[in-house]
Amino acid sequence: MRDDTTTVDPGVSDAGTETPRLSIAGVGRDFHTRNGVVHAVSGIDLTIQRGEFVALIGRSGCGKTTLLRMIGGLLPATTGTIEVDRKPLWRDGRLDSSAVTKLGFVFQEANLFPWFSVIDNIALPLKLRGARKRERRARAQELAELVGLTGFESSYPRELSGGMRQRAAIARALSTEPELLLMDEPFGALDALTRERMNLELQRIVLETSSTVVFVTHDIPESVFLADRVVQMTPRPGRINKTLLVDFSKPRDVYLQTTPEFNEIVRSLRHELDEEE
Amino acid sequence: MPRNRMRLLPWIVTPSLVVAIVATWHIVVKVRDVNPLIFPPPGDVGEALVELLGEGAMWSAARVTVTEVIVGFLLAVGSGLAVGVVLGKVPWLEVSVRPLIIIAQVSPKVAFVPLFVIWFGFDMTSKIVLATVLAFFPVMLNVLLGVRSIEQGQREVMRSLNATRGQTFSQLEMRSLMPYLFAGMEVGIVLATIGAIVGEYLGGNDGLGNMVVTAMNSLDAARTFALILVLSLIGLVLFLIVNELKRFFIPWHESVYGLQNRGV
Ligand SMILES: Nc1ncnc2c1ncn2[C@@H]1O[C@H](COP(=O)(O)OP(=O)(O)O)[C@@H](O)[C@H]1O
Ligand SMILES: [Mg+2]
Repeated sequence: MRDDTTTVDPGVSDAGTETPRLSIAGVGRDFHTRNGVVHAVSGIDLTIQRGEFVALIGRSGCGKTTLLRMIGGLLPATTGTIEVDRKPLWRDGRLDSSAVTKLGFVFQEANLFPWFSVIDNIALPLKLRGARKRERRARAQELAELVGLTGFESSYPRELSGGMRQRAAIARALSTEPELLLMDEPFGALDALTRERMNLELQRIVLETSSTVVFVTHDIPESVFLADRVVQMTPRPGRINKTLLVDFSKPRDVYLQTTPEFNEIVRSLRHELDEEE
Repeated sequence: MPRNRMRLLPWIVTPSLVVAIVATWHIVVKVRDVNPLIFPPPGDVGEALVELLGEGAMWSAARVTVTEVIVGFLLAVGSGLAVGVVLGKVPWLEVSVRPLIIIAQVSPKVAFVPLFVIWFGFDMTSKIVLATVLAFFPVMLNVLLGVRSIEQGQREVMRSLNATRGQTFSQLEMRSLMPYLFAGMEVGIVLATIGAIVGEYLGGNDGLGNMVVTAMNSLDAARTFALILVLSLIGLVLFLIVNELKRFFIPWHESVYGLQNRGV
């Protein structure tokens, strides 16, 4: 662990001077509801370097999903700019689809298509991009292996456990080799043991594919276990409260979570959340 | 109960029940000495059925009726699918025509047969129209429900993948509404059959429905019964075809999957 783990400097990481994968500047989002305007997210500055794994944490309702949906092009920002590889995601209120093709999204629900087999679900993004059947099957097969679904290629999603479905969803998001993988509490619906296994799997996959990841969770130990950097948000309006570098070498194993260093970081993040009250 | 025994169950129970019903029928008719002109014993019906199956006229009449049902059904599926999808995707349009749909739906469509005959003549067209009109509503309403029931999360997946409208339609919407379409079709095929037969009863010069009316007018109850059996058989076969199509097209859906893999 490094001295600057408690830096309260949101925008910057130390990954060098190359083009950042993602640059977010002054991003905010309001919702107009029956009860007036909700400032869901406000004044977000965040830069993420290639190969970085950033966890977004915060209590429910602090704007994590809203921020991630804006990064994913699913929701336009009210203010500010979002750039992927220095290219704006939105231009004149229109989504730049060439920027969106660089992204992969994993939702809290696996959202697989029940009418497709596992392999066809994984290959769906490639199908939409016009890849030939043989080509996309071969690629999907590799991905099924990568996420540990060998033997289930021709199963329907309904025949899989929750953890396996989420693996398939991750494989689907990886199929286009996204520059940036966005994950919104992907393991939130899984039991604790499955979740722990999925975290190890995710770590392995991310290392193997050298992906850049933004990972939303409300689970502090999970965020510390997975991330190079933990970004903590506070609600009303959703802002970045604190970022924290996590410097344990990777791959990390589950016993890291029993070390005093690990728990020290977890404690400081939890303390921060309790202060909010 | 073990699965394979569960599968055998209908093959044992159904024939036994049929035998029991026919036996009861026979006994009741004989014991109470019912006039065979009113309620013929099963033996007479069987004889009439054998005779009927030997008549070339019956087969050509059956061909007419089946054609009416199938053409009417296909028209209903095509138009029901198209209208259902459009209304499902354009909420303001659905809201504006909803009163009309309800009126059309509750109106006794069979009462329109005389008009259909005036407009389309005594031959097959007027029966096809009635079959279509009857089968249209369940198909259309189910498709409409299907379009509305597409999961938001699955739509988000298509959006995050930068899918075009056409791709979203072909990969998500169309497939997601298939179970609803088939639910509508299973009701629709039965109603199309009823439509064709009623059309022939009321304004026909051909088809099995017309043969029923002729048999009834000559007070031939056994032959009437036999014709009804033939019509039921046709209805059953058509329904089974739709059911088989469903198994082929949506093997992933609970209604098919559960049946095949859990025997429920
Ligand atoms: N579509 C929406 N309409 C109105 N309010 C919304 C909408 N989406 C999110 N919000 C509000 O924005 C805030 C942040 O929500 P969200 O991003 O889902 O938080 P989190 O993912 O951290 O739980 C909440 O107060 C929520 O009610
Ligand atoms: Mg959320």
